[in-house]
Amino acid sequence: MDAVATAFGLVFQPYVLLVIALSALYGLFVGAIPGLTATMATALLVPVTFFMPPVPAVAAIVTATAMAIFSGDIPSALLRMPGTPASAAYTDEAFLLTKKGQAETALGAGLVFSVLGGIFGVLVLIVAAPALAEVALKFSSFEYFWLVMLGFTCAIFIAGSDPLKGCVSLLLGLLISVVGLENPAGAPRYTFGNADLTGGIPLIPLMIGMFAVSEILRFAVVVAKPVMATDRPFGNVFKGMGALLKKYPLQLFRGSALGTLVGALPGAGADIAAWMSYAMSKRFSKEPQKFGTGHVEGIVESGAANNAALGGAWIPALVFGIPGDSITAIAIGVLYLKDMNPGPTLFVNNPQNIYAVFIVFILAQLLMLPFGWGAIKVAKQILRIPAALLMPLILLFCIVGSFAINNSLFGVVVMLVAGVLGFFMERWGFPVAPTILGVVLGTMLEEHFFSSLIKADGNFLVFFERPIAGTLGALCLLIWLWPAVRMLRRR
Amino acid sequence: MRRTDAWVGLGLAVLAGAVLWSARAFPNVPGQKLGAAFLPTLVGAGLLLCGIGLIVRSLRGRAYAGHEALAAGSEHFGSSLVVIGAVLAYIFLSERVGFLLIAPLCLLAGFVAFRIGWRRALLWAVGGTVLVHVAFYKLLRVPLPWGVITPFY
Repeated sequence: MDAVATAFGLVFQPYVLLVIALSALYGLFVGAIPGLTATMATALLVPVTFFMPPVPAVAAIVTATAMAIFSGDIPSALLRMPGTPASAAYTDEAFLLTKKGQAETALGAGLVFSVLGGIFGVLVLIVAAPALAEVALKFSSFEYFWLVMLGFTCAIFIAGSDPLKGCVSLLLGLLISVVGLENPAGAPRYTFGNADLTGGIPLIPLMIGMFAVSEILRFAVVVAKPVMATDRPFGNVFKGMGALLKKYPLQLFRGSALGTLVGALPGAGADIAAWMSYAMSKRFSKEPQKFGTGHVEGIVESGAANNAALGGAWIPALVFGIPGDSITAIAIGVLYLKDMNPGPTLFVNNPQNIYAVFIVFILAQLLMLPFGWGAIKVAKQILRIPAALLMPLILLFCIVGSFAINNSLFGVVVMLVAGVLGFFMERWGFPVAPTILGVVLGTMLEEHFFSSLIKADGNFLVFFERPIAGTLGALCLLIWLWPAVRMLRRR
Repeated sequence: MRRTDAWVGLGLAVLAGAVLWSARAFPNVPGQKLGAAFLPTLVGAGLLLCGIGLIVRSLRGRAYAGHEALAAGSEHFGSSLVVIGAVLAYIFLSERVGFLLIAPLCLLAGFVAFRIGWRRALLWAVGGTVLVHVAFYKLLRVPLPWGVITPFY
């Protein structure tokens, strides 16, 4: 209990609360501007959190992303442009509701069910993470090896529509992680005699490039002119929400649960959670014919799902150091920078920090109601700011932020290359999330593989001997072999 | 999409070849049969297979549809080249010229490429530079270079 009290003390300080409030505003703003994503918001925050103690640094990321995923719904309803990819699944639905004169319902449902879904995800995180950490304390390199493999498998088979391209993305990520001296033999790999490369490719500039610079390049190529759907002032967005809650409790629960689960799977985050929930909502709805005509049911379910996914993604990130989505991939980088190395020992050695993160999570969800209400009020003013004015400024932030991590221009070079790579990958249909997973987990994979190998002493069956390792391994093999099994069965 | 897939597959296969060839020189862990070459070899082999897979699939005409379904005429590649050029200019010139001179030029190039009027662009370029300078140099103490204006600082 002491740790919980300490955690409250860590969070309820004027400095931390100020950071939370500012990141809330920042997250709402970034989320509401189409073309600026929640992941980009996180990547741009990192250079600033670099200079903060661990708790406010994590608080800034948690708050900003929660707000951004909600406020992505605002331009969906008003401009038919999702503010973040996580809102794309129900953009048409929200826009059609607005067209029907029900902008309040579209925006209100987005807000209220985002909050409820978010709280669900956080509660699961609070219950599941410490319990999993207890189990994970007994893990050896075998279990970690299979966990990483399972993460890769999820990213390829579950997160993407095209497993072949997902596989290429993952391998490219692993290739990037190979660069440098950090390997079992301590040999320089792909350093080309360059002193900067011996330290490996720096993660944060890479992320800034892949998630922010690539987005700026995309904006530069396609300059779209948005048109506002409604010009009248909004009424009370909370009106009728109680009735919706009574009408769709099952949808809320299903969306929240699926969102948390998808979030917890490595490589799949809020955007995939929203797509899957929307499809599920339509599939099980009593009125599926109303979907796609401005029907609020899908918004309830997938709006809850994308916010629930945020909490879910932190479960594997905190317990195993395996990111559940791109946002936590960046957050893990921040945790390492702050000497808060993720893993089960974090729950034993620094429980107050973990509890502080939980408190921040709840606080962020609760703050979303008033802040989100305010954001809806000023939405039309925010959406009038031309993105063309913001993009060059964001580029300058990216440059300076990438430079600031090591005070070296090498970071800017990495950022640019990653930006161009991310741009073409997206364009040619290669998902970026598996690449990030490969970069983050490559070193971990190699390390655990080699220590397992030394323990196994040539006997590969040892990889399956321990019960949990055996189960995880069998699960991996099953997913890999499943397409072949299905093909055989069809014949 | 089909033709792009085939070319990307070819590019990946070439990359895989380079990775595999270079991995042969990496040393083993003392006392083990494997070493630094293991992961690169695995990645190289995987990339080679995927590259071939992409080529075969696109030649057979079974490509998946990509995200981009835009008409070719509605895209402006010029602006994206300006963005890349601005970053390159920063990389090569910032230490010599200094942040306070190169940053407004990068911003100005971006604004103009995105069709913001000159007067507004100039105002935002100066304002944006001051904002970033105050935030990163003054508050966060990032040593942004002074370049040619060092003597006046």
